[in-house]
Amino acid sequence: MRTVIFRTIAPYLSALMVLYSIFVLLRGHNEPGGGFIGGLIAASALAIFGIACGVAAVRRAIKVHPMSIAGFGLFMGAAAGVISLFTNQPFMTSQWWPIDLFNVQIKLSTPLIFDIGVYLVVVGAISSIALALEERESD
Amino acid sequence: MASTYSSEKVDYSAAMNLEPVAAADWLIVAPVLVSLIGGAVCLMMRKNTDAQPKLAILFLALLVLVNFGLLIRVLDQGVITMVMGGWLPPFGIAFTVDALGATLSLIASIVAFCAGLYGIVTVGTTGRRYGFYPFLVLLMAGVCGAFLTGDIFNLYVWFEVLLISSYGMLVLGNEKPQLDGAVKYGVLNLIGTNFFLIGTGMIYGVFGTLNMADIAIKMSELDSPASGTLLTIAVLYFLAFAMKAAAFPVNFWLPASYHTPNIVVSAVFAGLLTKVGVYALLRIFVLIMPGSREALADLFALVAILTLMTGAFGALAQSELRRLLGYLVIAGIGSMLAGIAVGTTLALSGAIFYAVHSIIVMTALYMASGIVNMMSGTYDLRQLGGLYQRNVAFAAVFLVLAFAVSGLPPFSGFWPKVLLVDAAFADGRALLGAAILLSGFLTTIAMGRVWIYAFWRGGPEGTPDGESVGPGAATAVAGGRAAGLAGPAVWLPLGILTAMIVYFGLQPEWMLELSTRGAVGLVEPRGYLRSVFGGL
Repeated sequence: MRTVIFRTIAPYLSALMVLYSIFVLLRGHNEPGGGFIGGLIAASALAIFGIACGVAAVRRAIKVHPMSIAGFGLFMGAAAGVISLFTNQPFMTSQWWPIDLFNVQIKLSTPLIFDIGVYLVVVGAISSIALALEERESD
Repeated sequence: MASTYSSEKVDYSAAMNLEPVAAADWLIVAPVLVSLIGGAVCLMMRKNTDAQPKLAILFLALLVLVNFGLLIRVLDQGVITMVMGGWLPPFGIAFTVDALGATLSLIASIVAFCAGLYGIVTVGTTGRRYGFYPFLVLLMAGVCGAFLTGDIFNLYVWFEVLLISSYGMLVLGNEKPQLDGAVKYGVLNLIGTNFFLIGTGMIYGVFGTLNMADIAIKMSELDSPASGTLLTIAVLYFLAFAMKAAAFPVNFWLPASYHTPNIVVSAVFAGLLTKVGVYALLRIFVLIMPGSREALADLFALVAILTLMTGAFGALAQSELRRLLGYLVIAGIGSMLAGIAVGTTLALSGAIFYAVHSIIVMTALYMASGIVNMMSGTYDLRQLGGLYQRNVAFAAVFLVLAFAVSGLPPFSGFWPKVLLVDAAFADGRALLGAAILLSGFLTTIAMGRVWIYAFWRGGPEGTPDGESVGPGAATAVAGGRAAGLAGPAVWLPLGILTAMIVYFGLQPEWMLELSTRGAVGLVEPRGYLRSVFGGL
């Protein structure tokens, strides 16, 4: 798999895919997309990078272990539900903080935090499996 | 654009709970939250194998505290409900906590806390790096979630959470027998989970709701509570949860897999997992589908008798300590099934008390067998012996546990057996009552055999009567593993659990009251239904 063409194109392709996965994640609240599918796209970006340049390069690039990313995602997801404690509402009631930025309204919210959590869990879990499988193959 | 989402225009009060929620009501979700966040933090710390146990034990202690607070609140306020995100059923997911759920959740978290302590010694650096502690804490998210949720599909989700964690714990050492055991365990559980899911799909098709209270109300309004469709659903559920609980025809996965993992993993599994299955049977067949339970009562009784006998005879036939204990888990499941088969308040409170007792005593027994292994380097009864001379106090503790698991007074196993036998005879099921007594008798023999072989006699098989193999020789067998005994980390959890067994045996009033309240809440679910829907 490690042809020159693939190795040259893979970093750019991966970067584009991660960017696109974030777009899918943010678009997801009211339109098709969301944390899960975005996470899958990002995980496949890491997998492609791993196939082309080796697992060690991926591990260096993402700095922390994928399972730690998943753990942080789980933490975010759980924490997003707790915020409604402070407004006397039940667990996981969504809170909205719309802000105006250059005449564009951006709606920050707990569902967004939760979705980012899902994204991180999926990225972490799937890429951890994918990297482990790729490692075995190259041994 | 903002106006599209403003809440002023639509009246949400029909579909949402808009009342302010007291902070104390957050105790309902606190056990799940604490374990999820704890698991996530442990997962992030996976490289730091020194900090991980401390963090996990801290979170498990916090879990015990919030469960205790939750139980006190339930006893104070009656059944309490929180709907996720404010959405009322049938749209939203409700967590509904009654005395039964809160009690089991508390006991389970105490057991998990003890297992966390015990794991400091038995789970080495490799096991920690593979994630024993994150799995343990996340397992508790699944167990507590299953005990506290009021939504049948959500129950399925929590089952999945605890199963995924349990797969991870089962293969922790990555050894061949472990993988073999995990495959058997995994396949059987996947089949059971599928039955559960199919049954839930049919429930949704029939009633259009997944909330337990909602289904219970719609079920009671039906003209024929034992129609073919409902009976199909009932049998599917029974099969699914009987698999999880390791009842008779589908029990073989338990002795095939529970002796393979790290001993503390076996202890947690033996204590918690099968009891979640029993809890689901109680919740579904007594609260939601009482008509189907009556229709299937004879089947339940038959399965209970066969499970009791399988467990007791299996335990008699084994010479491997962990396998023997696995069969005792099955025998205990038979007792709880007997309570469900009889179905009176007395029988159900017996089943609930027995579940509490079984959670504690089975975990304690596995922990004790782990200590036996540390002292003599084997689980084989033929090679054990002479432990009485090496540690008299431990021999006494083991004898207490043996008495408790056999249902002999004055320990915690006695009272639920009294309730169950009493209820069985009062209901005219003499055979069932006799089976419980016979199973207790056979268990006494099996455990007496263990105690005599491992503790009382002088040394391993072949040691002549009256002689004893000195402690020195036995230590040589154990090698370096005996060094682990120095720490209090294995004795403290065993001590806590044994103290609970003795306490519930000598002072059963508190637990009797809890289990009676739990049983009454199932048989007369008015409080449960009112807590979800108000009024009524």
